[in-house]
Amino acid sequence: MIELVQHLINGLSMGSIYALIALGYTLVFGILQLINFAHGDIYMVGAFAGFYAIRFFGFAEHPSWLALGVTLLFAMLGSGCLGWCIERLAYRPLRRSPRINALITAVGVSLLLEFSGQLIFGADPKFFPQILIFDGGWSFGELKLNPLQILIFLISIALMLALDWLIFRTRMGRAMRATSFNPECAALMGIPTDQVISLTFVLGSALAGAAGVLVGLAYPKIDPLMGVLPGLKAFVAAVLGGIGNVRGAVAGAMILGLSEEFLVGYGAPTFRDALAFGLLIIILLFKPTGLFGIKRAEKV
Amino acid sequence: MIDSLKQGNKTTLFWLFSLLAVWMAQATWIDQLNPYYLSILIYAGINIILAVSLNLVNGFTGQFSMGHAGFMSVGGYFSAFLTTTYLAKNPELMSEFQSFLVFLGSLLAGGTIAALVGYGVGLPSLRLKGDYLAIVTLGFGEIIRVVVLNLDVVGGARGLPNIPGFSNFGWVYSGVMICIFVIWRIIHSSYGRGFLAVREDEIAAEAMGINTTQVKVRAFVIGSFFAGIAGGLFAHTLRYLNPQTFDFNRSFEIIIMVVLGGMGSITGSVVAAVFLTTLRELLRPLQEWTHIDFRMVIYSLMLIFTMLLRPQGLLGTRELFQRRKQLEPGVTP
Repeated sequence: MIELVQHLINGLSMGSIYALIALGYTLVFGILQLINFAHGDIYMVGAFAGFYAIRFFGFAEHPSWLALGVTLLFAMLGSGCLGWCIERLAYRPLRRSPRINALITAVGVSLLLEFSGQLIFGADPKFFPQILIFDGGWSFGELKLNPLQILIFLISIALMLALDWLIFRTRMGRAMRATSFNPECAALMGIPTDQVISLTFVLGSALAGAAGVLVGLAYPKIDPLMGVLPGLKAFVAAVLGGIGNVRGAVAGAMILGLSEEFLVGYGAPTFRDALAFGLLIIILLFKPTGLFGIKRAEKV
Repeated sequence: MIDSLKQGNKTTLFWLFSLLAVWMAQATWIDQLNPYYLSILIYAGINIILAVSLNLVNGFTGQFSMGHAGFMSVGGYFSAFLTTTYLAKNPELMSEFQSFLVFLGSLLAGGTIAALVGYGVGLPSLRLKGDYLAIVTLGFGEIIRVVVLNLDVVGGARGLPNIPGFSNFGWVYSGVMICIFVIWRIIHSSYGRGFLAVREDEIAAEAMGINTTQVKVRAFVIGSFFAGIAGGLFAHTLRYLNPQTFDFNRSFEIIIMVVLGGMGSITGSVVAAVFLTTLRELLRPLQEWTHIDFRMVIYSLMLIFTMLLRPQGLLGTRELFQRRKQLEPGVTP
């Protein structure tokens, strides 16, 4: 029973990180019908932006809540800028070309980030400094809680609520939803669709950057290829929840995080990375719109 | 083939002659070549097979697959497993002819297994379109890698060493010739028009009575078969296999060959495969000098700029040495 709760907590904290990344996929797909392959690598860049911010300000010697806040802010700024640049330079010129071209470009951008990351940051894993110190863990009888995991969960939930508020309660969010619904029509109604698309990229990338820092806190080893697998898994989570559906992506990510944790805990740990793809194939075969997606008929 | 020879088909004749020339070269002067250049030539040949076979799926049928290295690894591992176990059972091997038969058999077996896996993968996933298909094939490629990693029979993560070095220039370029010939003939047959029709407009093709899923699966199976053959040749050239060799970067390298050469151009794939294999060697001194691997950075920049500046690739859907479109005799426009 204790073990079960422990796995549940691990799964939820991993799931919330997947959720932060998955939101970026789902936001961009909802607006452009483009799978932003580079998204996992934006998450990597976010982790490195946080890493360098910590080094620059010397937070490693003075761990505090402020340090965490500033690091998160810098990571989100860095990855947000990167997302904006990628959209502006690589995706916007291709907006009118066939989807396959945009897909190939996205794959290219992803590899460019990974390997130029190896050039700039170095290929060896780096140690992410601890910027928050908790004395020991909290334990309730047998159950031991890692405060970092709880913190990751809470910060992610806060960010997601903020995003939800932005999308469903503000003017900007309404513009985003309108653009996603029908870009031409939205443009005719006076919505600056190009700016909205840029903003979407920035938002999604900033969330991924925050996820990068949170992962660095809990699993303090970062390297330029760290984004590949979480990126693909978060994509699976987005598809699981119905791609384009913001709340669905969070649900899908939690399901994925939990099922992975239980597979590792009770089954075959070596097949952990195969699980997400197996899940993806099963969903796409039996319910391609995902759990909460809306079916769109294909037109000639 | 006999029929096409009787009709005096020039491609078939050309193909037979080039096959002959390959073995003549193998028998006479090729071994005097600098071994380094020879190995580049051989790897270029293997890459040509991979690129042309992927072009059948990605270019001619328009289904963007990203898991080609997975099928390559299936074929490579299976054929290498066959030859190594055979060699272990019969250590006092073997006459020239015997090894010829063993290698041919294991290559074909590897290709067949890869084709079977391709069928198993393709049947469910080819119902999907575009981006989803790309991700699912990528996922299958990774799953294949994870499975091989956990297979102790073929060495798991340690890799499979001591593969007999059966392969040589003649084998590889016979493979190249056969692969190009088969795919060329498929594309230029009425049957192959179905492949192109699926690429151009799937819904219209379906309306014209083409079973689109079947066509896609067939393209996928043929592509996987040749990827398996290429894997077998690769295994018996390098004489060592490791699951890490067949990761996503390998698939990506093949994709960039296809995209750069032009999706839908066989000669384009050939040119791009030779170019990229040579480029890799040209970059090697730079890499030794700086201790940094620029290769993938250059590849990815090439991919992005191809898409931005010349999205159809080097040759588009045309072929090198192709005369302007001419009407066949007896056909009125």
